[in-house]
Amino acid sequence: MRELRGRVHRVGDDVDTDVIIPGRYLALTRPEDLARHVLEDLDPELARRIRPGDVLVAGKNFGCGSSREHAPVALKAAGVGCVIAGSFARIFYRNAINVGLPILECPEAARELEAGAAVSVDLTRGAIRDEGSGREYRAAVFPPFVLEIIRAGGLVPYVRRRLGGDGEAVS
Amino acid sequence: MARPQTIAEKILAAHAGLEFVEPGQLVLVRVDFLLANDITAPPAIEAFRKMGARRVFDRSRLALVPDHFAPARDVAAAELLRVTRDFAREHDVEHYFEVGEMGIEHVVLPESGLALPGEVILGADSHTCTYGALGAFACGVGSTDLAAAMALGETWLKVPPTVRFEFTGRLRPWVSAKDLILHTIGRIGVDGARYQAMEFAGPLIEAMDMAGRMTMANMAVEAGAKTGLVNPDATTLEYVAPRARRPFSPARSDPDARYEAVHRWDVSDLEPQVSLPHSPENVVPVTEVDPVPIDQVFIGTCTNGRLEDLRVAARLLKGRRVARGLRCLVIPGSQAVYLQALREGIIEAFIEAGCIVSTSTCGPCIGGHMGVLAEGERAVSTNNRNFYGRMGARGAFNYLASPAVAAATAVLGRVAHPAELGVPVEEVA
Repeated sequence: MRELRGRVHRVGDDVDTDVIIPGRYLALTRPEDLARHVLEDLDPELARRIRPGDVLVAGKNFGCGSSREHAPVALKAAGVGCVIAGSFARIFYRNAINVGLPILECPEAARELEAGAAVSVDLTRGAIRDEGSGREYRAAVFPPFVLEIIRAGGLVPYVRRRLGGDGEAVS
Repeated sequence: MARPQTIAEKILAAHAGLEFVEPGQLVLVRVDFLLANDITAPPAIEAFRKMGARRVFDRSRLALVPDHFAPARDVAAAELLRVTRDFAREHDVEHYFEVGEMGIEHVVLPESGLALPGEVILGADSHTCTYGALGAFACGVGSTDLAAAMALGETWLKVPPTVRFEFTGRLRPWVSAKDLILHTIGRIGVDGARYQAMEFAGPLIEAMDMAGRMTMANMAVEAGAKTGLVNPDATTLEYVAPRARRPFSPARSDPDARYEAVHRWDVSDLEPQVSLPHSPENVVPVTEVDPVPIDQVFIGTCTNGRLEDLRVAARLLKGRRVARGLRCLVIPGSQAVYLQALREGIIEAFIEAGCIVSTSTCGPCIGGHMGVLAEGERAVSTNNRNFYGRMGARGAFNYLASPAVAAATAVLGRVAHPAELGVPVEEVA
């Protein structure tokens, strides 16, 4: 899997999906339209500062609240290459994997990485490197079945393969 | 040999074709029922098509409930609603709830006998955990997960450890299920049960009606839980038996099941609780809330939009007036709730008090429509989340409370203890 490189943007603990993409925008369907409003209730300028491949670093329980898949979709479309958090809320965690937004759980990196730092991320090894200090962090690697979904390119192609092309479930 | 398990473990084992499961284990489970709403169904439908799926695994095991932006609040919402409606027609989805039959999904499904004890239920809505009140293993998922389950009739789940919460003591007047769950979230925090199953038990839960149990299970997700469950008992079966649309097999925790933790809380001293802005965990007794003027009171939602909730609110509002300068919105959770409230004179009491009563919708709870908040406005609501911007403007303030506290607040214009209205205690159920 490719290595990601980008600059760090920081947010705090318990960032909920209403803050990631407020309910008032949920009638928007195009990812690029959602992306313009990502995290705007937290920081109206953030969406504009994110460059493709940048890394969002969060505290604990990132993505809590609503099950809206619009949240990881908006982050991905805004250019976020990876989210590193102390911990993730469970629905967000699944949604991120399913829509192909890389995420890593690493409390140390979430605590220490500073805003603006250049980092590189190797998802396969769960390795996060602070390019400035040279410090490397290790996140828990994905369990095998999750890697299988990611390797298939997300849940859509994974199920497509399971359906065997004729649209009927094969077991 | 059989080994002791919690209700959550038993349901997952049964649906994975296993004798038992362990917390942390990943299991592939058969799903009994699926649901999506007008916001989450369209992306699920798109994913379903991209997956190459041509039919829903079982047309009688999917509910599509347009409730968030329905009746259509604007053209964009009307388009989402049409996508959902067209799919329901095309796939002959048995449980599609059109405007006129619909209500808030988590009120409608239990009352329609579509969420049953012992089942695995996935919903593209985080408050799907509500059905744990009926003894189902029910959890929220995203739209793509739901699409996969629509195609395959199964999903993968990690078996959560179960934490048991036993409530004992004697509740004070006006203290309700909402107060117990707010208190719980206040004590453990918004990630206090992250990835766990919360099991609600003890004499107070055993004595609680189904509406109260649904209020509690509904908010399990606000503590980060995967689901919140109540072991099915006579109360459950009495509710479910006349409604059930499928056969079902209830499961109950074994007495010697292993729990991650067991909390035994005597709540005899508990006052009605309020979550202050902007997190459900900012919980204080109602008597400690600053007496600032409140602009809007909202009674409804999947947390507290049931008949029992409206009855309590009506008892306090009947014969009184909503405070000048305050707007009080009442939204019954379903057509059935609305009709019964009408028959009982509850709707009349609300209207005479100066409330508005609207058709069922999630509307204001997600800042969608029917009562969105302006910058700086303060609202007391019976909903489940008070995040920044949840009910409208980013700078609005949302206090979470029970229907009784909301009703008392509507009358007094500031966050108030229901006892301040002097309604005789013996009238309290």
